[in-house]
Amino acid sequence: MADVIKKATRESYGEALRDLAEEYKDLVVLDADLAAATKTGIFKKAYPDRFFDCGIAEANMMGVAAGLAASGKIPFASTFAMFAAGRAYEIVRNSIGYPHLNVKIGATHAGISVGEDGATHQCNEDIALMRTIPGMTVINPCDDVEARAAVRAALDFNGPVYMRFGRLAVPIINDAETYKFELGKGVVLKDGTDVTVAATGLMVNEALEAAKTLEAEGISVRVVNIHTIKPLDKELICKCAKETGVIVTAEEHSVIGGLGSAVAEAVTECCPVPVVKIGVNDEFGHSGPAVDLLKEFGLSADNIVKKVREAISLKFKTAKAD
Amino acid sequence: MDAAMKKNLQKIACKVRMGVIEGTYNAKSGHPGGSLSISDTLTYLYFAKMNVDPANPDNSDRDRFVLSKGHTAPALYSVLAQKGYFPEEELKSLRHIGAMLQGHPCIHIPGVDMSSGSLGQGISAAAGMALAGKLDNKAYKVYSILGDGEIEEGQVWEAAMFAAHYKLDNLVAIVDNNGLQIDGKITEVCSPEPITDKFAAFGWHVITMDAHDFDSIEAAFAEAETVTGKPVAIVQKSTKGKGVSFMEDQVGWHGTAPNKEQYDQAMAELNAQLKELED
Repeated sequence: MADVIKKATRESYGEALRDLAEEYKDLVVLDADLAAATKTGIFKKAYPDRFFDCGIAEANMMGVAAGLAASGKIPFASTFAMFAAGRAYEIVRNSIGYPHLNVKIGATHAGISVGEDGATHQCNEDIALMRTIPGMTVINPCDDVEARAAVRAALDFNGPVYMRFGRLAVPIINDAETYKFELGKGVVLKDGTDVTVAATGLMVNEALEAAKTLEAEGISVRVVNIHTIKPLDKELICKCAKETGVIVTAEEHSVIGGLGSAVAEAVTECCPVPVVKIGVNDEFGHSGPAVDLLKEFGLSADNIVKKVREAISLKFKTAKAD
Repeated sequence: MDAAMKKNLQKIACKVRMGVIEGTYNAKSGHPGGSLSISDTLTYLYFAKMNVDPANPDNSDRDRFVLSKGHTAPALYSVLAQKGYFPEEELKSLRHIGAMLQGHPCIHIPGVDMSSGSLGQGISAAAGMALAGKLDNKAYKVYSILGDGEIEEGQVWEAAMFAAHYKLDNLVAIVDNNGLQIDGKITEVCSPEPITDKFAAFGWHVITMDAHDFDSIEAAFAEAETVTGKPVAIVQKSTKGKGVSFMEDQVGWHGTAPNKEQYDQAMAELNAQLKELED
């Protein structure tokens, strides 16, 4: 097997902005003193006249982005997820969401895989916060190919979009030649009949790995990549609920309010089946190497295998109770 | 300013104030005090200064206005109605269920350039609009009115830093210095003073004006035109509740609507002022 190529999606974000700048003349980029980390520095180097550093002032950056969008620009406001969705939440809600302005938020360093910086910078709540804003689109790409495609899709969509990128280099699992990104549409990566694993972001690769182990045990696993958490592909989720009878969700985010919650909300309306959530439980992270933290917090193929086994027994218990 | 023009602006401002009273009375809520303190400035902007056309509200070359102190929407709506963006009749349904005129400015209302009202946010959006104007080499200006209490919000100073750094000389921020906020005098609540020194220290060109004297207003905006390389802050000395005797300089009228009796008295006073101007 060929060596797995890894790349952080924040890198893909910076490169995509640069690569799309010629085609999209209204694209401008804002950052809050983190261009080297968010990788918007790549854009800045190529298009210095279209890059604006706002300094360490995220609230104002989001407001400036709103004003630029109200005047026809397509601003990409970039900072860490903690500050984009956390610190600037109310500005995103009132100055971008309420007027439904065409602002794109590039939030990097999302989740526990921030690593050594620890809990203050590990944002496990951003999906929950952003998806409660009416009209906000929330995208969490799983690899380089999907991240680039998501940036283009965000540009082609008129309205506010929150894009979530990671710090850690992750395997490239999609084929750049054939991959098609459709906003709001989940992707069935592997079909299966016993259980659905709905994953997002870096957990998609873990889900695929887990499926291999489970298949060897004779469990047929359907793996679905949910890159767009809002609007959620309810049709696909409900189809999976009906066809496999149980869903395991996997995300690098709190189990409160993220993909797991969104999936649970959907199935309770269309086809109530057990939903087992894998994510960061109701706790803060801490410092450590990203890879070790992911393992510790159960964001791994091994834990997906374990939870899928539990989910399947839960499915039969529920079925017997009927 | 010649006498005829001044008289005309005074008459329009008087009608704008009547709209404020009409709106808040019918809404049984809203913010008359701070609406009345900015009525003259808004009248000047919309009738003597800004390049705007109600028939073409989305013209990309137009001047922009952002009411950062969005709770004084009744004054903005009233001046927009006077200007012809929508019928004056709309003011009577301010804040009602199903009405167009929301409690705070909403971008979907004709003539409103930005949703605002959560304090400290409008100035950032105004700075973004000014930056867009620079990028597109457009000549438009962006005006934004802030409250003197509002500038206690940290975001205002983030925006102040940003606008000066990017030399947004097409941005004019007006601070409505009526001296009162919900909890009392601004100097007693958590003082933002000295306001002029603060903006100057942030790299802005600062001008002061009398918010209820059209000569002073005209002179201030004329000076703003001459400034290059810096954003402009106009600190306007104003009276909260201006034009309605019992509301003037009374903190209680920050966010209280007049009852029937108070409405009648306020309208009688404003009608008398208008009659005097028309005589």
